[in-house]
Amino acid sequence: MGVQVNEQTKTEHRWGMAIDLDRCTGCQACVAACHAENNLPLSDPQSAAKGRAVHWIRVDRYYEGEFPNIRVKYMPVLCQQCDEAPCEPVCPVYATYKNAEGLNVQVYNRCIGTRYCGNNCPYSVRFFNWFDPNWPAPLDLQLNPDVSIRESGVMEKCTFCIQRIQRAKGEAKEENRPLTDGAIQPACVQSCPAEAMVFGDLNDLESKVSRLAESGRVTHLLEELGTKPKVFYLQKAE
Amino acid sequence: MAAGPEIIPYSEVRQDLWRPLSGASPRYVAMVFFLLAVSLWGLFSWGYQLHEGIGVAGIQRPVFWGFYLVDFVFWIGISHAGTLISAILRLTDAQWRKPVTRAAEAITVFALMIGGLFPVIHLGRAWIFYWLIPYPNSRLLWPNFRSPLVWDLTAISTYLMGSTVYLFLPLIPDVAQLSQHATGWRRKLYRALSLGWTGSDREWHALERAMKLMAAIILAVAVSVHTVVSWDFSMAIAPMWHSTIFGPYFVVGAIFSGIAALLVVMAIIRKTMHFERYLTPHHFNNLAKLLLLMSLLWLYFSVAENLTVWYGNEPKEMQVFGARARGHFAPYFWIMVFCNFVVPFVLLGIKRLRTIRTATIAGVTVLIGMWLERFIIVVPTLARSRLPATWGRYAPTWVEISISAATFAVMALLYLLFSKLFPIVSVWEFEPHPEEED
Repeated sequence: MGVQVNEQTKTEHRWGMAIDLDRCTGCQACVAACHAENNLPLSDPQSAAKGRAVHWIRVDRYYEGEFPNIRVKYMPVLCQQCDEAPCEPVCPVYATYKNAEGLNVQVYNRCIGTRYCGNNCPYSVRFFNWFDPNWPAPLDLQLNPDVSIRESGVMEKCTFCIQRIQRAKGEAKEENRPLTDGAIQPACVQSCPAEAMVFGDLNDLESKVSRLAESGRVTHLLEELGTKPKVFYLQKAE
Repeated sequence: MAAGPEIIPYSEVRQDLWRPLSGASPRYVAMVFFLLAVSLWGLFSWGYQLHEGIGVAGIQRPVFWGFYLVDFVFWIGISHAGTLISAILRLTDAQWRKPVTRAAEAITVFALMIGGLFPVIHLGRAWIFYWLIPYPNSRLLWPNFRSPLVWDLTAISTYLMGSTVYLFLPLIPDVAQLSQHATGWRRKLYRALSLGWTGSDREWHALERAMKLMAAIILAVAVSVHTVVSWDFSMAIAPMWHSTIFGPYFVVGAIFSGIAALLVVMAIIRKTMHFERYLTPHHFNNLAKLLLLMSLLWLYFSVAENLTVWYGNEPKEMQVFGARARGHFAPYFWIMVFCNFVVPFVLLGIKRLRTIRTATIAGVTVLIGMWLERFIIVVPTLARSRLPATWGRYAPTWVEISISAATFAVMALLYLLFSKLFPIVSVWEFEPHPEEED
């Protein structure tokens, strides 16, 4: 497959994710994998009760029906990497902006901690470092060297595992070959036992995620806000 | 209430108004030390927050803004006392303004100095607050002019500079007079501040022109400042923040709380400095009527805001509306309505009840009510985020409460010191001089 340049964005890649809600079992493997991959601070019941827990991806639960005929639906929610991201214009210091590959990136070193982006994110997927992070031994020895540690006072959020994207792109370039579909797997995608999550290049019309994005089952979260998310939720229409 | 102010001989005026400048009663000194202690405690609390991380405050996800932003909007609102009262009255040449303007203008400057601190206090990394200032950094990157926070910084610094000039201009003839009578360091200070004022016709005309011009400019700036502050909220897509009414609503609320603050301050000045002959029932009556008018305007805007949301019945907005009017935040909401409308309406609307005492009481309740109003605007919207799974709570910690309390102490302290250095009631405006345009 050749490299296709999207006419609209003129960039080589445009990353997106499809999440099949009919497959999701709510097992939270994605949450655990994300914690390990992205050096997320640990939280305990106290900090969670205070609203200080950090999960770049979380599993929201929706209950349908009356007891005992109840159905639970799970919805993994992560940064939707919006094309029209409400968090971006409000940042006074360009700490969050759209990069050339359509990712909504967060530059920790620029962030001064106004937390305006967090208020303006309708999905509440932005997290703040209230204190310097700290990992109880021996967890401090297993930090991922590819991911920076965030200091107290800055915002953070899902990056679509940009470190893995960069590594795969680098390897492909070294070996002088195009990126293959599926070569990049963010930690959540890689760890999903139900294979409910698919990551890939939306500019590559042959990629699995592009084909899923064309599926009739596609919905977006809070679509009515016009944020144009690049996370596609697949579910059977009732 | 009594008729217009009596005519007092100028020499007596000067003597009366200068009296508080010299000497310091034990009560004054005790008050200064008490306020200083509270202020220092606030400073310590902020230091603790800087050292430990902003997590020592009660804010959390999704309520990323809490007490600090409430205080910020509150103090910027208070700052509208001076400009609006003094500039409108100066431009319309209302003679009764004379003993009121300086007290009002001083509130503006001090409230702005305090309000302007809060956006810094609330930053996650407050030590690099200057990254907000519009100049290119070492990588030639300017701040993001699309961000309402940059508009905010621009508006507030403009307002602070403008209102400082506006406080200073009418002070010049007073300090010039003082420099002739003071001794020691005071003489040096007053002489430096008088900028070589001799009282010539040309100087009077220039001052008169400058004050008129600044009054016009500061009015426009004041309106725009609180509009920009409101846009911090209404530019966001959060339910019940994203509202076109916020600009004028905030400006009205600001003037409302500003007049309340002015009434309270004037009552204190009148009592402690024995200015009964200068701050007369006439002044309180006029300001009380203004407060009543603003209370009705505030009610009008509040009804307009809430009725449209309720009638529209949009689910996400109704979650916030419900939390405000009948849910978790309902006690604060209804106390706000009581303080901002019921109390002023009854105490000031009934002519027989309208006295200096009731005007002061209404001023205090309006201050409480307007602080709650800002709380009601900032917090419930964030606590009821769009996805119910992320709903949150907010309760302040001792750090936020200490810093908030300290700002009131700082305000009082600055006011005490200012009124010891400068006549808090403008002296020269009582002088019948031919140069003054009438």
